[in-house]
Amino acid sequence: MKGEIRLTNSSTGGPVFVYVKDGKIVRLTPMDLDETDPEGWTIEAHGRTFTPPRKTTIQMYTAGQKSMVYSDRRLLYPMKRVDFDPNGERNIQNRGISGYERISWEEAADIIVSEVNRIKREVGPGGILSTPSSHHLWGNVGYRHSTYFRFMNLMGFTYADHNPDSWEGWHWGAMHMWGFSWRLGNPEQYNLLEDCLQNSELIVFWSSDPEVNNGIYGGFESHIRRRWMDELGIKMVFIDPFYNHSANMWGMKWLSPKVGTDHAISFAIAYTWLTEGTYDKEYVADHAYGFEEWAEYVLGNGEDGIPKTCEWAEAESGVPACEIRALAREWAKRKTQLAAGGLGGWGGACRATHGIEWTRGMIALATMQGLGKPGSNMYSTTQGVPTDHNFFFPGYADGGISGDCSNSAAGFKFAWRMFDGKTTFPAPVKMNWEAGQHIPRLKIPECLMNGKFEWYGKGFCGATIEAQMHPYQYPAPGYGSIKMYWKYGGPHIGTMTATNRYAKMYHSETLEFVLSQSIWNEGEVMFADVIIPACTNYERWDISEFGNCSGYIPDNFAQTNFRVISFQQKCIEPLGESKSDYDIYAYLSKKFGIYDIFTEGKDEMAWIEQYYNATDCPTLMSFEDFCKKGYLVVPYNPEGVPKTAFRWFAENRVRDTPDWGPAPNQTVGLKGLQTTTGKIEFISTSLSRFEAQGFVDEYRPAMHKYVPAWESWHAEVAKKYPLGMLSPHPRFSFHTMGDAKDSFMLDIKDHRVLVDGWYYWIIRMNTVDAEARGIKDGDLVRAYNDRGSVILCAQVGERVQPGTVHSYESCAEYAPLGKPGHSADRGGCVNILTPDRYMSKYACGMAPNSAQIEVEKWDGGIYEIY
Amino acid sequence: MSKQKYLVHDLAFCFDCNNCFMACKDEHVGNDWQPYTAPQPRHGHRWVRLLRTVRGQAPRIDVGYLALMCQHCEKCAMVDAGFATRREDGIVLIDQAKAKGHREILDMCPYGGIYWNDEIDAPQKCTMCAHIIDSGVEPYIPRCAHSCPTEALKFYDIEPEEMAKIVEEEGLEVFHPEYNTNPHVFYKNLYRYTKNFITGAIVDKASDDCKEGAQVTLTGEGVNETQTTDYFGEFKFDKLDPGTYTISVAGADDVTVTIKESQNIGEIFVD
Repeated sequence: MKGEIRLTNSSTGGPVFVYVKDGKIVRLTPMDLDETDPEGWTIEAHGRTFTPPRKTTIQMYTAGQKSMVYSDRRLLYPMKRVDFDPNGERNIQNRGISGYERISWEEAADIIVSEVNRIKREVGPGGILSTPSSHHLWGNVGYRHSTYFRFMNLMGFTYADHNPDSWEGWHWGAMHMWGFSWRLGNPEQYNLLEDCLQNSELIVFWSSDPEVNNGIYGGFESHIRRRWMDELGIKMVFIDPFYNHSANMWGMKWLSPKVGTDHAISFAIAYTWLTEGTYDKEYVADHAYGFEEWAEYVLGNGEDGIPKTCEWAEAESGVPACEIRALAREWAKRKTQLAAGGLGGWGGACRATHGIEWTRGMIALATMQGLGKPGSNMYSTTQGVPTDHNFFFPGYADGGISGDCSNSAAGFKFAWRMFDGKTTFPAPVKMNWEAGQHIPRLKIPECLMNGKFEWYGKGFCGATIEAQMHPYQYPAPGYGSIKMYWKYGGPHIGTMTATNRYAKMYHSETLEFVLSQSIWNEGEVMFADVIIPACTNYERWDISEFGNCSGYIPDNFAQTNFRVISFQQKCIEPLGESKSDYDIYAYLSKKFGIYDIFTEGKDEMAWIEQYYNATDCPTLMSFEDFCKKGYLVVPYNPEGVPKTAFRWFAENRVRDTPDWGPAPNQTVGLKGLQTTTGKIEFISTSLSRFEAQGFVDEYRPAMHKYVPAWESWHAEVAKKYPLGMLSPHPRFSFHTMGDAKDSFMLDIKDHRVLVDGWYYWIIRMNTVDAEARGIKDGDLVRAYNDRGSVILCAQVGERVQPGTVHSYESCAEYAPLGKPGHSADRGGCVNILTPDRYMSKYACGMAPNSAQIEVEKWDGGIYEIY
Repeated sequence: MSKQKYLVHDLAFCFDCNNCFMACKDEHVGNDWQPYTAPQPRHGHRWVRLLRTVRGQAPRIDVGYLALMCQHCEKCAMVDAGFATRREDGIVLIDQAKAKGHREILDMCPYGGIYWNDEIDAPQKCTMCAHIIDSGVEPYIPRCAHSCPTEALKFYDIEPEEMAKIVEEEGLEVFHPEYNTNPHVFYKNLYRYTKNFITGAIVDKASDDCKEGAQVTLTGEGVNETQTTDYFGEFKFDKLDPGTYTISVAGADDVTVTIKESQNIGEIFVD
């Protein structure tokens, strides 16, 4: 269009062309590849040749991102709470209540620097707490692992470690069965698309909705693969309490267990195979440890004496015994891929109170059918394409300009290519490592309000299987207590558990200063004393690859059909007085006296060039040409196609996939899995040792057992709160990205509903439950339990069974009707209702996906509780 | 006749991702494409309206999504009344000056595809992104179709005879043919939104196993169809009109149901 220029950028939802005119974004579109871009890969299967379409795909939050750039919720100026005086009365009790006034960057910086320096002199850098959101806006240089850690490590701080919130059960459970600590317990997925197309006959999608949660960051790239599978006659069965979108598109059958009971079905399938002799006995004898004792337990010869029959599973889960048996028999007959979760691992069931045993159940079933043999694997259909895996381009988790080998994957490869140690240096970690001070994100309120806390495992425990068993305490020995919170972004009330806690903690008198660095005024930003405005990725320079985060998801560029590396161009100037994170830190670092160390005299573009030259990109294109074209597509290279996942294990060979582990010291002669026995452990040796040391955990026994979910229909609390709430990752927004903020997404009918001028979050419930409560479709309802109340809009229908309700996590809006932390929220943060209890005594993960609640028609009350 | 513009929506591959809706807003909110159309208001308009229907009862259901935009009909009341123009290529565009203040236009479209813009005091609707098509630059086609990740929504720029052939070969239909407006938007697998099914499962009474391979026959309302059950013992007779149907299977009494909408009749136990 006249006067428009086409620039490039990228996002959590895929790469984009950005059309700009007169300094304003006109449109964002998916990238179409042109004739100068290389050919795609091909797969031959059943006499057909499959090759991907020459385009990229974007998610809807990217498609609507312009409305997030131009939003009246953007923070455009530094602000100070009107009754906050750092040199006088701080009025901590008014956080979240008293409102803001605009201040200059100079004034904001003076307050920040004076508070940080004061606290460092009083108690040391441990007195400053900081943590960013899980998902920064896209870009490897500007990402939190990169710019944020470079600055924060140099300034000094206590980090609130992120829990592995999408892995949980795999991290705390599966890892003890088969290792994969470098993937936090998830399985490798190398080259499984070809294996599936050539050899498989059935895919069981269990807690998996790949049309919606396409792995992560991968746009809608995998849709075409399921279309091919369907065309080849591969049948697809779905197990999920919610009738998910992939089930609707592909499913020949939907099995809908009660919330928290998936593992009853996996046990019944194993029981069927054991009693009918339809499992791979030879494979199990060779590849499993503890199987015989476990089999006796399944058959009812263990301590509980309960045979795990299909009828038993029906009573537990509500799924008819005959259907479980039918699935078990078909599965045993067919070459089957088990898609447990949407990534190859993950899945909402792993984030529930039965997550530990569900993940172990998935591995048990895959093992019994010869995991790694042709057509028989664990494959979620979202990765595993035959792109060039030899071409090196890092993901955001590889540390970027921080080189932080403790809090990112920089130490695997990238830091050694990025920093020469002569002219350019990483920002070393002296605080946030195992022996420094750090606290768990899930327990920030407990640490701040109670002053002390003890737990096991530091954040994502990927180094070894045993790392998650390490005890920690706050304050760490000899370190100072937290006096200041430098929060990046505002999502916790919509993303963590029992989140009224996160509102209440801001009134803690020991928290002397709260700084919020954020792009939007959303979530918990409203509790800050001082707010500084960051800008979006469309207002700064950066570089990245489509779908590639790396780190604990090694090689996940294999989600995308083409490897597309984007020059993220600064499309428009930062709005208002907002700045890129790099510019904010550069500005502050001058006042902190660390400017030269932080910047090394470089601006963002100079770091991007250094980054580019540390990758394999210069072998294809000069940096100048890359900047000119705006993107680069990695050519198909048959030599870079990896070998098939787990085939080496099935065939008792040394691993030949490019996976990051197990490390040589965790194997014997490079053979076997990471576990002590090198086998798949139905009785975990790591947990057995932990038990022998006195750490006995009834919710995580050494043997994979049927442990009833502690918050589900079984639990005492279900008598008072009978509805099991499923609260998966959201469908339309990417966590809180895209939700609220006056974005276009407000108008998506299945995302929020406009009632009397307010856009309400949705709760889905069955017709039977709704009628019993006098609730009609579209009614405003109060969802509640002892943890609080949330006002939602009811969507009444058949997508959940009676007894189950469904409402996505990750609402961006926190809108308490009365006192913050104590009253009903109509923003839609259903996380207020989820349990803050750890998964088990020593498994310090979250289990929000099986909360018991009640729902009633809302009478307009504010429901304050104290 | 010159080449005509058409949109085709395949319900089988639509999963309500809303990329079409987002792309439409991205293109039209905050951008002024006059004389084609003024900027779309930030909220409220649905130039692409995604309709949803859930058929059946848990756990035997399916969901149909239908993207309803201006159907760019060959017979259009707005055009007849002089408030809009039908271009040679089939795209219907509102004449903003003539339509200003005429709220009665909202009732002229039987598909409900027109929205009122208070700011300009005039109606607005889908333009099939004519400003992009006319400009001959990227992305060349309507934004909704360009952003569709599953190609459920496709754009065609072809001779009417070619389109007629595609309609025939792919079994395309128009939504609400009884309106007799000759739309330029066609639908594939429209039954997912407009028709009904009867589903259930056959279970062997003695073994309590799903009965695979059972022959199930449905008769009624002129339909006589036999299906073989899958390994879950299930059958699903689709594309049915409301009415009374009888399901027969060996080893059990016939089941007769009268349906107004899709129905899961549950399990039939056979000897």
